[in-house]
Amino acid sequence: MATTRGFFGRRPDADTAKRLPPGQYLERGFPVLSAGPTPQVAPADWSFTLKVGPRAVKRWSWEEFGRLPQTEITRDIHCVTKWTKLDTRWRGVMIDDLLAAAGLEAPPTAFTLAHSFDGYTTNVPAADLLGGRAMVALAYDGKPIPPDHGGPARLLVPHLYFWKSAKWLSGLQFTERDEAGFWELRGYHMYGDPWREQRYTDDP
Amino acid sequence: MTARAPRRWQEARIARIAPLTPRIVQVELEAPIPAHRAGQHLDVRLTAPDGYQAQRSYSICSAPGAPRVALAIERLEDGEVSPYFHEVAEPGDTFEVRGPIGGHFVWREQDGGPLLLVAGGSGIAPLVAIARHRAATARGLPTLLVYSARTWDDLAFRDELIAMEADDPAFRIAITTTRGPKVREQDHERRLDRALTAELLAGWGGTPRHVYVCGSNGFVEAATAGLLALGVPPSHIRTERFGEAGT
Repeated sequence: MATTRGFFGRRPDADTAKRLPPGQYLERGFPVLSAGPTPQVAPADWSFTLKVGPRAVKRWSWEEFGRLPQTEITRDIHCVTKWTKLDTRWRGVMIDDLLAAAGLEAPPTAFTLAHSFDGYTTNVPAADLLGGRAMVALAYDGKPIPPDHGGPARLLVPHLYFWKSAKWLSGLQFTERDEAGFWELRGYHMYGDPWREQRYTDDP
Repeated sequence: MTARAPRRWQEARIARIAPLTPRIVQVELEAPIPAHRAGQHLDVRLTAPDGYQAQRSYSICSAPGAPRVALAIERLEDGEVSPYFHEVAEPGDTFEVRGPIGGHFVWREQDGGPLLLVAGGSGIAPLVAIARHRAATARGLPTLLVYSARTWDDLAFRDELIAMEADDPAFRIAITTTRGPKVREQDHERRLDRALTAELLAGWGGTPRHVYVCGSNGFVEAATAGLLALGVPPSHIRTERFGEAGT
Protein backbone atom coordinates (compact mmCIF):
# COMPACT_ATOMS: atom_id res chain seq x y z
CA MET A 1 0.00 0.00 0.00
CA ALA A 2 1.17 3.50 -0.83
CA THR A 3 2.44 5.40 2.14
CA THR A 4 0.87 8.62 3.35
CA ARG A 5 3.39 11.42 2.84
CA GLY A 6 4.57 12.81 6.14
CA PHE A 7 2.76 10.29 8.35
CA PHE A 8 4.88 8.31 10.75
CA GLY A 9 2.41 7.30 13.42
CA ARG A 10 2.90 6.50 17.03
CA ARG A 11 3.60 2.85 17.58
CA PRO A 12 2.60 1.08 20.73
CA ASP A 13 5.27 -0.95 22.53
CA ALA A 14 5.75 -4.52 21.33
CA ASP A 15 3.74 -6.12 24.13
CA THR A 16 0.81 -3.79 23.55
CA ALA A 17 1.03 -4.19 19.78
CA LYS A 18 0.49 -7.95 20.13
CA ARG A 19 -2.77 -7.28 21.93
CA LEU A 20 -4.14 -4.78 19.41
CA PRO A 21 -6.28 -6.34 16.66
CA PRO A 22 -5.76 -4.91 13.14
CA GLY A 23 -6.83 -1.30 12.77
CA GLN A 24 -7.18 -0.72 16.51
CA TYR A 25 -5.36 1.79 18.71
CA LEU A 26 -4.72 1.79 22.42
CA GLU A 27 -7.18 3.78 24.53
CA ARG A 28 -6.56 4.53 28.18
CA GLY A 29 -9.91 6.18 28.92
CA PHE A 30 -13.23 4.44 28.52
CA PRO A 31 -15.20 6.12 25.73
CA VAL A 32 -18.99 5.87 25.65
CA LEU A 33 -20.75 5.02 22.40
CA SER A 34 -24.53 4.68 22.27
CA ALA A 35 -27.15 4.99 19.58
CA GLY A 36 -29.60 6.81 21.84
CA PRO A 37 -30.07 8.36 25.26
CA THR A 38 -29.00 6.49 28.38
CA PRO A 39 -31.96 4.69 29.98
CA GLN A 40 -32.15 4.87 33.76
CA VAL A 41 -33.12 1.44 35.00
CA ALA A 42 -33.83 1.24 38.73
CA PRO A 43 -33.23 -2.10 40.49
CA ALA A 44 -36.96 -2.36 41.28
CA ASP A 45 -37.73 -2.14 37.55
CA TRP A 46 -34.94 -4.48 36.53
CA SER A 47 -35.43 -8.08 35.56
CA PHE A 48 -33.65 -10.56 33.37
CA THR A 49 -35.54 -12.99 31.16
CA LEU A 50 -34.13 -16.07 29.51
CA LYS A 51 -36.14 -17.13 26.47
CA VAL A 52 -36.09 -20.05 24.09
CA GLY A 53 -37.70 -18.73 20.94
CA PRO A 54 -40.80 -16.80 22.06
CA ARG A 55 -41.08 -18.73 25.33
CA ALA A 56 -39.71 -17.35 28.60
CA VAL A 57 -38.06 -20.19 30.50
CA LYS A 58 -36.71 -18.23 33.47
CA ARG A 59 -36.98 -14.76 34.90
CA TRP A 60 -34.92 -13.22 37.70
CA SER A 61 -35.51 -10.06 39.69
CA TRP A 62 -32.51 -7.88 40.59
CA GLU A 63 -32.36 -9.47 44.02
CA GLU A 64 -32.62 -13.01 42.68
CA PHE A 65 -30.00 -12.32 40.03
CA GLY A 66 -27.62 -11.03 42.66
CA ARG A 67 -27.72 -14.41 44.38
CA LEU A 68 -26.37 -16.26 41.33
CA PRO A 69 -22.70 -17.26 41.47
CA GLN A 70 -20.42 -14.43 40.35
CA THR A 71 -17.04 -14.53 38.70
CA GLU A 72 -14.40 -11.88 38.17
CA ILE A 73 -12.58 -11.69 34.85
CA THR A 74 -10.03 -9.32 33.31
CA ARG A 75 -10.15 -8.92 29.54
CA ASP A 76 -9.14 -6.64 26.69
CA ILE A 77 -12.08 -4.99 24.91
CA HIS A 78 -12.24 -3.80 21.30
CA CYS A 79 -14.69 -1.19 19.98
CA VAL A 80 -15.49 -1.14 16.26
CA THR A 81 -14.83 2.63 16.36
CA LYS A 82 -11.17 1.60 16.56
CA TRP A 83 -10.19 1.79 20.21
CA THR A 84 -8.97 -1.09 22.34
CA LYS A 85 -8.75 -0.96 26.11
CA LEU A 86 -6.55 -3.47 27.89
CA ASP A 87 -7.11 -5.33 31.14
CA THR A 88 -10.65 -4.25 31.95
CA ARG A 89 -11.92 -5.89 35.11
CA TRP A 90 -15.50 -7.11 35.36
CA ARG A 91 -17.59 -9.11 37.79
CA GLY A 92 -20.81 -10.85 36.95
CA VAL A 93 -22.63 -14.06 36.21
CA MET A 94 -21.02 -16.29 33.59
CA ILE A 95 -23.51 -17.40 30.94
CA ASP A 96 -22.50 -21.00 31.77
CA ASP A 97 -23.74 -20.44 35.33
CA LEU A 98 -26.85 -18.67 34.09
CA LEU A 99 -27.86 -21.64 31.96
CA ALA A 100 -27.14 -24.03 34.81
CA ALA A 101 -29.33 -21.95 37.12
CA ALA A 102 -32.10 -22.15 34.53
CA GLY A 103 -31.73 -25.93 34.40
CA LEU A 104 -30.35 -25.98 30.86
CA GLU A 105 -27.50 -28.42 30.42
CA ALA A 106 -26.76 -27.37 26.87
CA PRO A 107 -27.79 -24.37 24.79
CA PRO A 108 -31.22 -25.17 23.32
CA THR A 109 -30.35 -23.56 19.96
CA ALA A 110 -27.18 -22.45 18.18
CA PHE A 111 -27.87 -18.71 18.21
CA THR A 112 -28.90 -16.00 20.62
CA LEU A 113 -30.24 -12.50 20.51
CA ALA A 114 -29.45 -10.22 23.45
CA HIS A 115 -32.18 -7.74 24.39
CA SER A 116 -31.83 -4.42 26.19
CA PHE A 117 -34.16 -2.10 28.08
CA ASP A 118 -33.92 0.54 25.34
CA GLY A 119 -34.97 -1.89 22.62
CA TYR A 120 -31.42 -2.57 21.45
CA THR A 121 -30.63 -6.07 20.24
CA THR A 122 -27.53 -7.90 19.08
CA ASN A 123 -26.88 -11.46 17.94
CA VAL A 124 -24.19 -13.78 19.27
CA PRO A 125 -23.77 -17.50 18.50
CA ALA A 126 -24.54 -19.56 21.60
CA ALA A 127 -21.09 -21.18 21.51
CA ASP A 128 -19.50 -17.74 21.93
CA LEU A 129 -21.32 -17.22 25.20
CA LEU A 130 -20.20 -20.47 26.80
CA GLY A 131 -16.99 -21.98 28.11
CA GLY A 132 -16.12 -18.98 30.24
CA ARG A 133 -16.18 -16.56 27.33
CA ALA A 134 -19.11 -14.31 28.31
CA MET A 135 -21.01 -12.99 31.30
CA VAL A 136 -23.80 -10.74 32.42
CA ALA A 137 -21.57 -8.10 34.01
CA LEU A 138 -22.77 -6.33 37.15
CA ALA A 139 -19.59 -4.49 38.16
CA TYR A 140 -16.74 -2.78 36.36
CA ASP A 141 -13.43 -2.10 38.07
CA GLY A 142 -14.89 -3.04 41.43
CA LYS A 143 -17.91 -0.76 41.27
CA PRO A 144 -21.46 -0.94 39.91
CA ILE A 145 -21.44 -0.26 36.16
CA PRO A 146 -22.32 3.41 35.54
CA PRO A 147 -25.51 3.94 33.51
CA ASP A 148 -23.69 5.34 30.46
CA HIS A 149 -21.53 2.21 30.37
CA GLY A 150 -24.58 -0.03 30.44
CA GLY A 151 -25.46 -0.43 34.09
CA PRO A 152 -27.11 -1.98 36.02
CA ALA A 153 -26.14 -4.99 33.88
CA ARG A 154 -24.54 -5.44 30.50
CA LEU A 155 -23.59 -8.40 28.41
CA LEU A 156 -19.84 -8.91 28.18
CA VAL A 157 -18.49 -10.85 25.19
CA PRO A 158 -15.00 -9.42 25.10
CA HIS A 159 -13.64 -11.53 22.24
CA LEU A 160 -16.10 -9.86 19.81
CA TYR A 161 -16.37 -6.16 18.94
CA PHE A 162 -17.90 -4.35 21.86
CA TRP A 163 -21.27 -3.55 20.25
CA LYS A 164 -22.01 -7.24 20.90
CA SER A 165 -21.67 -6.56 24.64
CA ALA A 166 -25.18 -5.12 24.89
CA LYS A 167 -25.69 -2.39 27.49
CA TRP A 168 -28.77 -2.25 29.77
CA LEU A 169 -29.31 -5.95 29.25
CA SER A 170 -32.83 -7.21 29.92
CA GLY A 171 -32.63 -10.71 28.57
CA LEU A 172 -31.18 -13.37 26.36
CA GLN A 173 -33.18 -15.23 23.74
CA PHE A 174 -32.13 -18.47 22.08
CA THR A 175 -33.07 -18.42 18.41
CA GLU A 176 -33.17 -21.10 15.73
CA ARG A 177 -31.59 -18.83 13.15
CA ASP A 178 -28.86 -16.22 13.32
CA GLU A 179 -31.07 -13.11 13.50
CA ALA A 180 -29.51 -9.73 12.88
CA GLY A 181 -29.74 -7.21 15.74
CA PHE A 182 -29.72 -3.41 15.78
CA TRP A 183 -26.30 -2.65 14.30
CA GLU A 184 -26.22 -5.83 12.25
CA LEU A 185 -29.27 -4.45 10.39
CA ARG A 186 -27.46 -1.15 9.93
CA GLY A 187 -24.32 -2.17 8.14
CA TYR A 188 -22.30 -3.96 10.80
CA HIS A 189 -20.98 -7.51 10.69
CA MET A 190 -23.08 -10.48 11.82
CA TYR A 191 -20.24 -11.98 13.88
CA GLY A 192 -17.72 -9.20 14.58
CA ASP A 193 -14.37 -10.85 15.31
CA PRO A 194 -11.84 -8.05 15.91
CA TRP A 195 -8.88 -10.27 14.98
CA ARG A 196 -10.40 -10.85 11.54
CA GLU A 197 -11.46 -7.18 11.41
CA GLN A 198 -15.10 -8.05 10.79
CA ARG A 199 -16.43 -4.52 11.18
CA TYR A 200 -18.97 -4.15 8.40
CA THR A 201 -21.53 -6.30 6.62
CA ASP A 202 -19.40 -7.37 3.69
CA ASP A 203 -16.14 -7.90 5.55
CA PRO A 204 -14.94 -11.48 5.09
CA MET B 1 -33.27 -0.55 6.54
CA THR B 2 -30.45 -2.85 5.58
CA ALA B 3 -27.40 -0.82 4.77
CA ARG B 4 -24.65 -2.52 2.84
CA ALA B 5 -21.53 -1.11 4.32
CA PRO B 6 -18.69 -0.91 1.85
CA ARG B 7 -16.09 -2.44 1.62
CA ARG B 8 -13.02 -1.62 0.22
CA TRP B 9 -10.34 0.86 1.00
CA GLN B 10 -10.09 3.47 -1.74
CA GLU B 11 -7.47 6.07 -2.39
CA ALA B 12 -8.55 9.59 -1.50
CA ARG B 13 -6.74 12.69 -2.68
CA ILE B 14 -6.93 15.93 -0.75
CA ALA B 15 -8.38 18.61 -3.01
CA ARG B 16 -8.50 21.39 -0.47
CA ILE B 17 -7.78 21.79 3.19
CA ALA B 18 -8.75 24.86 5.20
CA PRO B 19 -9.30 25.84 8.82
CA LEU B 20 -12.89 26.16 10.01
CA THR B 21 -11.90 27.28 13.52
CA PRO B 22 -8.60 27.42 15.42
CA ARG B 23 -9.08 23.71 16.26
CA ILE B 24 -10.98 22.25 13.31
CA VAL B 25 -9.94 21.85 9.67
CA GLN B 26 -12.10 20.91 6.74
CA VAL B 27 -10.56 18.35 4.40
CA GLU B 28 -12.16 18.12 0.97
CA LEU B 29 -11.53 14.88 -0.88
CA GLU B 30 -11.57 13.43 -4.34
CA ALA B 31 -12.46 9.81 -3.67
CA PRO B 32 -14.38 7.11 -5.57
CA ILE B 33 -16.87 6.36 -2.84
CA PRO B 34 -20.63 5.79 -3.18
CA ALA B 35 -23.11 8.57 -2.40
CA HIS B 36 -23.50 9.15 1.32
CA ARG B 37 -26.48 9.97 3.50
CA ALA B 38 -26.39 13.02 5.76
CA GLY B 39 -24.95 12.02 9.13
CA GLN B 40 -22.66 9.20 7.96
CA HIS B 41 -18.92 8.95 8.47
CA LEU B 42 -15.83 7.71 6.70
CA ASP B 43 -13.11 5.48 7.99
CA VAL B 44 -9.68 6.92 7.30
CA ARG B 45 -6.42 4.93 7.14
CA LEU B 46 -2.93 6.41 7.06
CA THR B 47 0.16 4.34 6.23
CA ALA B 48 3.68 5.07 7.50
CA PRO B 49 6.79 4.26 5.42
CA ASP B 50 7.38 0.98 7.29
CA GLY B 51 3.82 -0.20 6.67
CA TYR B 52 2.42 0.76 10.07
CA GLN B 53 -1.17 1.93 9.70
CA ALA B 54 -3.57 3.94 11.83
CA GLN B 55 -7.35 4.13 11.38
CA ARG B 56 -9.89 6.64 12.63
CA SER B 57 -13.49 7.57 11.81
CA TYR B 58 -14.56 11.11 10.86
CA SER B 59 -18.02 12.46 10.16
CA ILE B 60 -18.82 13.75 6.70
CA CYS B 61 -19.85 17.43 6.81
CA SER B 62 -20.63 17.86 3.12
CA ALA B 63 -24.21 17.43 1.93
CA PRO B 64 -25.19 14.40 -0.13
CA GLY B 65 -24.61 15.33 -3.75
CA ALA B 66 -21.95 17.95 -3.02
CA PRO B 67 -19.18 17.99 -5.62
CA ARG B 68 -16.65 16.74 -3.07
CA VAL B 69 -16.94 14.79 0.14
CA ALA B 70 -15.59 16.78 3.08
CA LEU B 71 -14.54 15.85 6.62
CA ALA B 72 -14.29 18.19 9.60
CA ILE B 73 -11.37 17.11 11.78
CA GLU B 74 -10.69 18.48 15.23
CA ARG B 75 -7.14 18.56 16.45
CA LEU B 76 -6.92 16.47 19.59
CA GLU B 77 -4.06 17.11 21.96
CA ASP B 78 -1.85 14.06 22.08
CA GLY B 79 -3.65 12.67 19.03
CA GLU B 80 -1.96 10.36 16.56
CA VAL B 81 -3.97 11.03 13.41
CA SER B 82 -5.66 14.41 13.79
CA PRO B 83 -2.33 16.33 14.05
CA TYR B 84 -1.37 14.92 10.64
CA PHE B 85 -4.35 16.71 9.09
CA HIS B 86 -3.56 19.93 10.93
CA GLU B 87 0.19 20.10 10.46
CA VAL B 88 1.24 17.93 7.55
CA ALA B 89 -1.49 17.27 5.01
CA GLU B 90 -1.61 19.38 1.86
CA PRO B 91 -3.65 19.35 -1.34
CA GLY B 92 -2.50 16.49 -3.53
CA ASP B 93 -1.64 14.20 -0.61
CA THR B 94 -3.30 10.82 -0.59
CA PHE B 95 -4.48 8.35 2.03
CA GLU B 96 -7.19 5.71 2.16
CA VAL B 97 -10.87 5.92 3.00
CA ARG B 98 -13.63 3.41 3.44
CA GLY B 99 -17.33 4.16 3.55
CA PRO B 100 -19.69 5.86 3.83
CA ILE B 101 -20.54 4.11 7.10
CA GLY B 102 -23.43 4.28 9.53
CA GLY B 103 -27.08 3.39 9.18
CA HIS B 104 -28.61 5.01 12.25
CA PHE B 105 -27.41 8.57 12.75
CA VAL B 106 -28.72 9.61 9.33
CA TRP B 107 -31.47 11.90 8.10
CA ARG B 108 -33.16 11.67 4.73
CA GLU B 109 -35.64 14.03 3.15
CA GLN B 110 -38.44 11.50 3.55
CA ASP B 111 -37.81 11.33 7.31
CA GLY B 112 -39.27 14.84 7.64
CA GLY B 113 -39.55 16.65 10.96
CA PRO B 114 -39.89 18.77 12.99
CA LEU B 115 -36.18 18.36 13.33
CA LEU B 116 -34.03 19.17 16.34
CA LEU B 117 -30.25 19.14 15.90
CA VAL B 118 -28.06 19.52 18.99
CA ALA B 119 -24.32 19.99 18.49
CA GLY B 120 -21.51 20.26 21.01
CA GLY B 121 -18.21 21.52 19.56
CA SER B 122 -16.99 19.45 16.63
CA GLY B 123 -20.19 17.41 16.98
CA ILE B 124 -21.51 19.91 14.45
CA ALA B 125 -19.91 17.93 11.58
CA PRO B 126 -22.64 15.35 10.86
CA LEU B 127 -25.32 17.88 11.82
CA VAL B 128 -24.16 20.48 9.30
CA ALA B 129 -24.47 17.75 6.66
CA ILE B 130 -28.06 17.24 7.80
CA ALA B 131 -28.75 21.01 7.88
CA ARG B 132 -27.32 21.38 4.38
CA HIS B 133 -29.32 18.43 3.08
CA ARG B 134 -32.46 19.87 4.64
CA ALA B 135 -31.77 23.29 3.06
CA ALA B 136 -31.40 21.62 -0.33
CA THR B 137 -34.37 19.28 -0.13
CA ALA B 138 -36.78 20.34 2.62
CA ARG B 139 -36.83 24.11 2.87
CA GLY B 140 -39.65 25.13 5.20
CA LEU B 141 -39.30 22.04 7.42
CA PRO B 142 -39.44 23.28 11.05
CA THR B 143 -35.92 22.85 12.37
CA LEU B 144 -34.01 24.05 15.40
CA LEU B 145 -30.24 23.76 15.61
CA VAL B 146 -28.87 24.16 19.13
CA TYR B 147 -25.14 24.71 18.86
CA SER B 148 -22.80 24.91 21.84
CA ALA B 149 -19.09 25.74 21.59
CA ARG B 150 -16.45 27.32 23.77
CA THR B 151 -16.39 30.69 22.05
CA TRP B 152 -17.88 32.48 19.04
CA ASP B 153 -14.72 31.67 17.03
CA ASP B 154 -15.03 27.97 17.87
CA LEU B 155 -18.33 27.74 16.01
CA ALA B 156 -17.47 25.89 12.78
CA PHE B 157 -19.77 26.70 9.83
CA ARG B 158 -21.15 29.60 11.88
CA ASP B 159 -21.66 32.14 9.12
CA GLU B 160 -23.17 29.58 6.77
CA LEU B 161 -25.63 28.43 9.42
CA ILE B 162 -26.62 31.96 10.34
CA ALA B 163 -27.16 32.71 6.66
CA MET B 164 -29.30 29.57 6.44
CA GLU B 165 -31.48 30.99 9.21
CA ALA B 166 -31.80 34.34 7.43
CA ASP B 167 -32.78 32.55 4.24
CA ASP B 168 -35.48 30.27 5.70
CA PRO B 169 -37.71 31.33 8.61
CA ALA B 170 -38.41 27.67 9.41
CA PHE B 171 -34.73 27.12 10.23
CA ARG B 172 -33.64 28.49 13.60
CA ILE B 173 -30.25 28.39 15.21
CA ALA B 174 -29.70 28.88 18.95
CA ILE B 175 -26.08 29.40 19.89
CA THR B 176 -24.58 29.06 23.32
CA THR B 177 -20.93 29.77 24.17
CA THR B 178 -19.49 28.34 27.37
CA ARG B 179 -16.18 30.22 27.63
CA GLY B 180 -16.78 33.44 25.78
CA PRO B 181 -19.35 36.19 25.25
CA LYS B 182 -22.28 35.90 22.95
CA VAL B 183 -22.42 38.12 19.88
CA ARG B 184 -26.08 37.96 18.89
CA GLU B 185 -28.57 39.30 21.41
CA GLN B 186 -30.74 36.17 21.26
CA ASP B 187 -27.93 33.73 22.06
CA HIS B 188 -26.70 32.33 25.37
CA GLU B 189 -23.53 32.08 27.45
CA ARG B 190 -23.94 28.93 29.49
CA ARG B 191 -23.71 25.18 29.35
CA LEU B 192 -26.59 23.37 27.76
CA ASP B 193 -28.30 22.11 30.88
CA ARG B 194 -31.86 21.06 31.51
CA ALA B 195 -33.09 24.61 32.12
CA LEU B 196 -31.56 25.99 28.94
CA THR B 197 -32.88 23.07 26.92
CA ALA B 198 -36.38 23.75 28.25
CA GLU B 199 -36.05 27.46 27.50
CA LEU B 200 -34.85 26.87 23.94
CA LEU B 201 -37.56 24.36 23.14
CA ALA B 202 -40.26 26.60 24.59
CA GLY B 203 -38.93 29.52 22.54
CA TRP B 204 -38.95 27.41 19.42
CA GLY B 205 -42.46 26.13 20.02
CA GLY B 206 -41.90 22.95 18.05
CA THR B 207 -42.26 19.35 19.17
CA PRO B 208 -39.37 17.48 17.66
CA ARG B 209 -40.10 14.28 15.78
CA HIS B 210 -36.46 13.54 15.01
CA VAL B 211 -33.64 14.56 17.33
CA TYR B 212 -29.95 14.21 16.52
CA VAL B 213 -27.45 14.93 19.29
CA CYS B 214 -23.71 14.86 18.65
CA GLY B 215 -20.84 15.86 20.91
CA SER B 216 -18.71 14.60 23.76
CA ASN B 217 -20.30 12.00 26.00
CA GLY B 218 -20.78 14.53 28.79
CA PHE B 219 -22.49 16.96 26.43
CA VAL B 220 -24.75 14.26 24.98
CA GLU B 221 -25.69 12.95 28.43
CA ALA B 222 -26.66 16.47 29.59
CA ALA B 223 -28.57 17.34 26.43
CA THR B 224 -30.49 14.06 26.28
CA ALA B 225 -31.34 14.16 29.99
CA GLY B 226 -32.93 17.57 29.41
CA LEU B 227 -34.89 16.34 26.42
CA LEU B 228 -36.14 13.24 28.23
CA ALA B 229 -37.24 15.40 31.18
CA LEU B 230 -39.29 17.47 28.75
CA GLY B 231 -41.07 14.34 27.58
CA VAL B 232 -39.30 13.77 24.27
CA PRO B 233 -39.61 10.01 23.72
CA PRO B 234 -36.23 8.24 23.80
CA SER B 235 -37.06 6.52 20.52
CA HIS B 236 -37.04 9.94 18.82
CA ILE B 237 -33.48 10.68 19.90
CA ARG B 238 -30.39 9.52 18.05
CA THR B 239 -27.01 10.15 19.57
CA GLU B 240 -23.44 10.08 18.42
CA ARG B 241 -20.75 10.55 21.01
CA PHE B 242 -17.06 10.93 20.89
CA GLY B 243 -15.26 9.30 23.69
CA GLU B 244 -13.77 11.07 26.62
CA ALA B 245 -10.23 10.47 25.46
CA GLY B 246 -10.28 9.47 21.81
CA THR B 247 -7.51 10.56 19.50
